[in-house]
Amino acid sequence: MTQERPRKNPLHRTRQPLLPPGGRSRKAHLLTAAAAEGRFALPRCGACGTYSWPMVEACPDCLSADITAAEAPSGAVLLSQTSAEVPADPYFRERAPWRVGLVQMDCGPVALVHLHPEPQAGERLRLTLMLDRAGQGVLHAGPENGGDMSTDKQWQEMTADPRGRRVLITDARHVAALPLARKLAAEGAAGIFMGLPESWKPLENRAAFEAVQGLRFVPLDLASDRSVEDLARAIGGKVEILINTADHPRPGGLMAPAAVTHTRACMETVAFGLMRLARSFGPALAGRGADGGEGAPGAVAWVNVLSVFARATSPEMAGYAAAHTAALSLSHSLRAQLGGGGVRLMTVLTGPTEDDWFQLAPQPKVTGKALADAVVGGLMKGLEEVVVGDVARDLMARLAENPKAVERDLAAGRL
Amino acid sequence: MAALRGYDGVVLAVPVTVPYRRYSTDSTQWWVGRALAGLAAGAGVSHREFDGLSVASFSLAPDSAIGLTQHFGLSPRFLDFVPLGGVAGVVALRRAARAVQAGDADMVACVAADTSAPQSFRQSLENFSRFSQDAVYPYGAGGPNVSFALIAQAYMEASGLSRADFGKIAVAQRANALKNPHALMKKPLSLDQYLNSRPIAPPIHLFDCVMPCAGAEAFLVLREETARAQGLPFVRLTAAIERHNGFPADPVMLRGGWVRDVDTLWAMAGVAPGAVDLVQTYDDYPFISAMQFEDLGLCPPGGLAEFIAGHDFTITGSLPHNTSGGQLSVGQAGCAGGSLGLVEALRQLTGAAGGRQVAGARRALVSGFGMINFDRGLGSGAVVLEAA
Repeated sequence: MTQERPRKNPLHRTRQPLLPPGGRSRKAHLLTAAAAEGRFALPRCGACGTYSWPMVEACPDCLSADITAAEAPSGAVLLSQTSAEVPADPYFRERAPWRVGLVQMDCGPVALVHLHPEPQAGERLRLTLMLDRAGQGVLHAGPENGGDMSTDKQWQEMTADPRGRRVLITDARHVAALPLARKLAAEGAAGIFMGLPESWKPLENRAAFEAVQGLRFVPLDLASDRSVEDLARAIGGKVEILINTADHPRPGGLMAPAAVTHTRACMETVAFGLMRLARSFGPALAGRGADGGEGAPGAVAWVNVLSVFARATSPEMAGYAAAHTAALSLSHSLRAQLGGGGVRLMTVLTGPTEDDWFQLAPQPKVTGKALADAVVGGLMKGLEEVVVGDVARDLMARLAENPKAVERDLAAGRL
Repeated sequence: MAALRGYDGVVLAVPVTVPYRRYSTDSTQWWVGRALAGLAAGAGVSHREFDGLSVASFSLAPDSAIGLTQHFGLSPRFLDFVPLGGVAGVVALRRAARAVQAGDADMVACVAADTSAPQSFRQSLENFSRFSQDAVYPYGAGGPNVSFALIAQAYMEASGLSRADFGKIAVAQRANALKNPHALMKKPLSLDQYLNSRPIAPPIHLFDCVMPCAGAEAFLVLREETARAQGLPFVRLTAAIERHNGFPADPVMLRGGWVRDVDTLWAMAGVAPGAVDLVQTYDDYPFISAMQFEDLGLCPPGGLAEFIAGHDFTITGSLPHNTSGGQLSVGQAGCAGGSLGLVEALRQLTGAAGGRQVAGARRALVSGFGMINFDRGLGSGAVVLEAA
């Protein structure tokens, strides 16, 4: 059963964020990459197929150096368990007792894992490769049948569950804004601040927004320094999850008559708008990464909803792609800065969405609900990289295979 | 495998302990210097006469052993650096023994030393090993306690031994330590106190754990004729084994690498397994000492509970064990912990153990165990020493 989260006692100081040990070998970051995307992968030898743990530089069976993080079966058996009552590391000391186990994976290796409260020695487990609060890949083991993750404070520490948290969605006019609000409310968000740019303009489905429990409109125009600063002063210390949906899609290639005007406006909202948010909301989030003590909802995540054109330029959307590329680059800088507070930055790359501005984009397009589900699903798994929609996933797969071919495809208008 | 070649003519002399301190403002180099001075004074020669130097340490950085030659004015023709934790003492002795036996050196100073500061234990954990960095420390399991708790849990399940069995070992060691002026633990320990002590990582409780401290242990390895010429009391090295990552396929460490070499050990020593007057095991945890009783052939497989119940492990008991008090009661001075048992056995077999002398001690078994790189201790070693 899902439990209510305790509110922070306002008489208590804000706990300073600590991080678990973040040192890793360079090669171990192959696992970080898989964890960021929610893939279960283990070091595997390309020559003989043997799985290893921890990450090795050569296969202990055949000494081949062909080691990759490869997809792996996630089943395991618990060999032994304990809980660290007085860990030497300050992060764990503050959160002790911390339950760990020694597991034998179905594919061979033995590993030390973060352990769910239920499993006992001899029981079967399901492993997850996830990012810890330092943003590094770690193994978590839970009951084979899934189990109740809301009772696992260690899982909760590493994910960004909206339950009991207050969320700022920056732009109500985004196609995903309403489904996001509904989904977050359904998952138990304590409140939703819904940013409304140009509030004098009518918002078509305003009544539907207002029907979402705990939702409150706040004026927010990312193109305005003043607007962002005013809102940060009012609610900056109350936001535990920030979802930036602000966008400004306008079709047109580089040679379209209004290309510069449109690009400037898009940059103003998507790139500079992100910078304004980062400047005003970033420090408050990063400073509250461990606020509220154990189990209470400190700040956990910042989500940038961006276009997949940030990775692969469609010449028909030249300025739009440039602005999203800029925002993606800024996201990486922001990730580094929020990381010090243990706050996760999740990048969501979506294909063209089902709205008026992508009228000419071919199907399948991404619905607001599909995008919202992907965002909230990513938060609940603690992901860092989410790709939404068949078009975007296909583009990313093609990019990984052959970026030059993607460039030629997009030049020819083949999405 | 080639026929066993013994250590004929190789002896150990001059047991040195630089008295331990919980914390020290002095560097490890200072502790090595005090140990060398102790060896020179004990041997009655200038330290420049040591033509071999072997150093075991974790906290010598930025030095390795070679820098110490200039630091301390030595010109050795045999030099060794063994930062191998609890197995370092046995490894250092084995190598030094072959060097003096072959004539590559005449007198090897084997020194194990580490300093300790309030932050140094945690810092050394952070940088202990690549596997630890990638796959242990990020799990809140920094330090050996959690890793050994997971082993202990499985070992108790498999062996049927209880905390009370291990407690008997810890309690006897504390009784021994009370006779050792060098021991940091000065108060008696009862089985009740052991059983009711604070959990650290169950089933590991407070009195299962060693206390990190600063200290140094040292001895000389030389040929018998050299020792006689110097008029030094000595003991003979009659057998030695060493093994690293002995059972890589075992999912959990329910046995140590000794099992692979235990027959060699007793064959070399030329005595029946366990035919010794005292035993010094590597006691980073009492259950690891218990594991060694079985793995080193002191009791038949599966007979451990009976063995523990049937013996008194104090100095005057039926099997004096860790007569100095061991690391559990003396303190764990980093790598020096791997030489604590060797130096203590050397004292016992030369009749120099003072108030804790085991009467009539002629033969001793000393073991080493070290380096929990990931999920198990990798190094295992043991030697048999005989009084001259």
